[in-house]
Amino acid sequence: MRYFGDVVALARKDLLLELRAKETLPSMLLFVLSALTIFHFALPHGSGHVAALGLLWVALVFTALLALTRAFVAEREQGLFDALVLAPCDRSAIWLGKALAVVGFLVAAELVALPAFAAFFSAVDGRTVAAVALADVGIASVGTLLGAMAVAGRARELLLPLLFLPLAVPIVVGGVGASAGAGSRFLWFLVLYDAIFSLLAWASFEYVVAET
Amino acid sequence: MIEARGLAKRYGDRRVFRDVDVRLESDGFLLVTGPNGSGKTTLLRVLAGLAAPSAGELRLPHRSTIGYLGHDPLVYRELTPLENLTLFGRLYRVSDRGERTGMLLERFGLWDVRHERVSTFSRGMQQRLGLCRVLLHSPSLLLLDEPSNALDAAGLELLDGVLAERSRASVVATHEPQRIERYATGRLAFT
Repeated sequence: MRYFGDVVALARKDLLLELRAKETLPSMLLFVLSALTIFHFALPHGSGHVAALGLLWVALVFTALLALTRAFVAEREQGLFDALVLAPCDRSAIWLGKALAVVGFLVAAELVALPAFAAFFSAVDGRTVAAVALADVGIASVGTLLGAMAVAGRARELLLPLLFLPLAVPIVVGGVGASAGAGSRFLWFLVLYDAIFSLLAWASFEYVVAET
Repeated sequence: MIEARGLAKRYGDRRVFRDVDVRLESDGFLLVTGPNGSGKTTLLRVLAGLAAPSAGELRLPHRSTIGYLGHDPLVYRELTPLENLTLFGRLYRVSDRGERTGMLLERFGLWDVRHERVSTFSRGMQQRLGLCRVLLHSPSLLLLDEPSNALDAAGLELLDGVLAERSRASVVATHEPQRIERYATGRLAFT
């Protein structure tokens, strides 16, 4: 119980920081709406529903990258990793709290992005919503771990996309497959991705934040 | 409390320090002096367990008993003092954190601004809050890096009060040792 209390306290802290600083969510919303608007005009008329879904997933992944790039800004700029890492709580709670906050940002952005997609292109069905929800878990778990790794590097703005985008390819494959109605196996693929990478990230975060 | 032999730290080809021996009793006070860039901060990070030594033997207490204040006060600027201390009190397993937080904020003159964001504070007030955070879990080992940074006369007196307490071990790094050398039971000078 104490572990989950720590996780909730850390996630609440990140949501509170965003509520006050308003630095991440507005830029995510602006980006995803701009991207969907550009795609709306760039996609040739009659390109079809599947092509539009592909672009939705591109927009969602790059919007998520914005959230991940800013996930550890407060800790990096104010040296707060030291205070968190020294705390006797389980260090994986830091990762889980941050990942939950990232999921919160992603859900907030998607609450705007999906209706916008429906307005610009075509209606979003239940499978797409389920795929987006599953993708959020995968993006947040992998991206938060990589974000913590990138914090220590000098070229962190470059390092995070380089590490994250290759690992996001399976999410896009599963997401587009599930949204395009190619069977529930793509949803199960996303479930498997989430399970494997969440477990790996949870177990390895301790080593990522330990300096050698 | 701390026992270190032959400590060395390198970052790639750059040697920060080498052959450092430290022995600190539970009520000892080690003053670490030296000019900027001489390795004081790195030594404190090694003693806090935040950086691994490149060579040597090191025995440290568990991290839950360490209070570490770096160059920054290590508090969230968009949170209030009360929110910061409540969060760290939880993470540092402070059982009576409501009472302890109130007592520390009162002691360091921050009670009246407990609901204001830290980003509106002067650097000296942030440093006071940093000291509150460090003392929150009643650590048995204090590691302070230039703790007098930005403190005014009243803040320095409060710091003196903390350093004068003999209930814990302390390692303090500073390039201006005059004010606090009277508390020292040992010295380590970097050149």
